[in-house]
Amino acid sequence: MATITLDTVRKVYAGGVEAVKGVSIDIADGEFIVLVGPSGCGKSTLLRMIAGLEEISTGEIRIGEKVVNKVDPADRDIAMVFQNYALYPHMTVYNNLAYGLKNRGMAKDEIDRRVKEAARILEIGDYLDRKPRALSGGQRQRVAMGRAIVREPAAFLFDEPLSNLDAKLRVQMRVEIKRLQKSLKTTSVYVTHDQLEAMTLADRLVVLSGGNIEQIGAPIDVYDKPASTFVASFIGSPAMNLLKVRKGAAGLELETGSGLTAANPYGRDRYTLGVRPEHLSLVEAGVPAGALTLKATVNVLEPVGAESYLYASCGGTGQEIVIRVESHARFEPGQEITLTAQAKDVHFFDADTGRRVES
Amino acid sequence: MYKSKLSDHLILILGSVLMIGPVLIVFLTSTHDAVEVHRFGLMASWGDHFTETYNKVLFKEGGFTGQVTGVRMLINSLILGIGFGIGKIVLSMLAAYAIVYFRFRMGTFFFWVIFTTLLLPLEVRIMPSYEVVQQLGMLNSYSGMIVPLLASATGTFYFRQFFKSVPDELLEAARIDGAGPFKFFIDILVPTSKTMIAAIFIIMFVYGWNQYLWPMMMTNDEAHFTLVRGIKQILLVWVGSQIPEYNEAFALAVLAMLPPVLVVLIFQSWFIKGLTESDK
Ligand SMILES: Nc1ncnc2c1ncn2[C@@H]1O[C@H](COP(=O)(O)OP(=O)(O)OP(=O)(O)O)[C@@H](O)[C@H]1O
Ligand SMILES: [Mg+2]
Repeated sequence: MATITLDTVRKVYAGGVEAVKGVSIDIADGEFIVLVGPSGCGKSTLLRMIAGLEEISTGEIRIGEKVVNKVDPADRDIAMVFQNYALYPHMTVYNNLAYGLKNRGMAKDEIDRRVKEAARILEIGDYLDRKPRALSGGQRQRVAMGRAIVREPAAFLFDEPLSNLDAKLRVQMRVEIKRLQKSLKTTSVYVTHDQLEAMTLADRLVVLSGGNIEQIGAPIDVYDKPASTFVASFIGSPAMNLLKVRKGAAGLELETGSGLTAANPYGRDRYTLGVRPEHLSLVEAGVPAGALTLKATVNVLEPVGAESYLYASCGGTGQEIVIRVESHARFEPGQEITLTAQAKDVHFFDADTGRRVES
Repeated sequence: MYKSKLSDHLILILGSVLMIGPVLIVFLTSTHDAVEVHRFGLMASWGDHFTETYNKVLFKEGGFTGQVTGVRMLINSLILGIGFGIGKIVLSMLAAYAIVYFRFRMGTFFFWVIFTTLLLPLEVRIMPSYEVVQQLGMLNSYSGMIVPLLASATGTFYFRQFFKSVPDELLEAARIDGAGPFKFFIDILVPTSKTMIAAIFIIMFVYGWNQYLWPMMMTNDEAHFTLVRGIKQILLVWVGSQIPEYNEAFALAVLAMLPPVLVVLIFQSWFIKGLTESDK
């Protein structure tokens, strides 16, 4: 068990691609950190630098107190779970788990004890004699997890471990990983591009974009106070509605037309204004008008079961917004609606930089 | 699923007859005595000299110096075949391992250099090769017959392609599991390549088994004769006023065929796997 510290870590690949641009994170002992971001944002690169599989161009990585920049992956006391599992195809499950321990010269009975223990925790005891090819995707995933936990390492590193599983299994394994991590209390760094996975697993989220950290924080804080329009549109599903607004005669108005009324709490000329679909309610349904009101025209209603998403356009030129409504609500295309949101649910971002504007 | 039809079977039966027929005739002819063969040509019936001929071929000491028996030649051929098979696999696997997994200067360049040696088969470079072996004092030795031909562009190429298709994560997982370059090669790469190894072993074994020109140049004492040379020798030695021992030549040919057939039969399921399936 250990802390992991990244200090302005950069990675420039041989071709000149700067995949990670000076990232600093302090990971506490036992913490579950999720690196999340769109494809190509450098999250795998960052993880692989922690693992020692990629060289660090500049900066420093410490595991515990030890600077590991030049330390071999095997000597970093970490274990990694890969997206394609990377099980040794010719070894039985038992030997897959035992291989790393054997290489470290561990006594046979201690290896046996650890493998059996991991097999019990992960419920793979019945397959110990099988080869990976004779296992289902979910079972292989467990074996890959098993290979990590038998090592009892200082940290687990996961690179999109669930993305090869079907939706149902993914949810199940997600819960299991979380439970496992909480009971083992091993520091973990988990890479995913799935924001739901990120939200549910993380103690703290690290949102990356283009090799930079956009925001670090507890999932709920990131959700409540996204630091930029990028984070706002990446975390939460459906994504936050973002509207270009400017200073008008009274408060703020849409840049593209009429229909919006809102206060201008920071006195600036222009903003990108954000409201989540779940924070917009219908004035017609008897909700009192809040800090923001918006007139819109219904386009489509999309029921997903427990709730429905209403797509509507506003501001004349037809900017589309999404509103979460209850599952049995009925709307006609072309219907005029008035939406409202509370002051605490309205986010302001700088119109040019996209950074959050706060008092 | 495809349902096989009568015509499919007919084609296969025809193919089998075409392939097996001549072998069968050679075998049947070898059971007759030389005079009969000389008078009537190829035989399609069972003669009654089977035990006699094969006994003689296997155990009678023949040749000019009278030192070499069929068994000796069989052993020599086996040494050549197995030596080629194992030697070429070891060498080309190591070469491919270096090319694929180690970033050394001009690795790709060296690979293509090795690859272009395919354009220079043994026959083209036989004189210089002979010269080198002779100066190293390796004439009339098994190592002289085997070692100079061990470098294999084909083998290196196949193993390179195979190693390239092994997912990088396997190497990375092994590195995290504390396996160095040597351990990774022995513990992971060799076992995952075993179907490939089997396939290449068959090809190289047969290649070594059928070597004619090179062993002939390398050796002049009869103790190093291989079966393939022995067949030729029978027809040469007794040529003259005597009738050549056709039956013995045929018997030797049958014997020369058996080991490669056995190797193929034993390894065939692996062979097919190695060429078609990727088990990674
Ligand atoms: N070996 C490499 N050589 C050169 N550039 C690379 C290499 N590996 C990755 N990159 C580049 O670095 C950037 C970050 O890649 P990385 O694999 O870290 O992305 P990622 O966030 O994990 O994306 P994904 O979600 O698709 O896995 C990408 O632009 C990629 O093209
Ligand atoms: Mg990745």
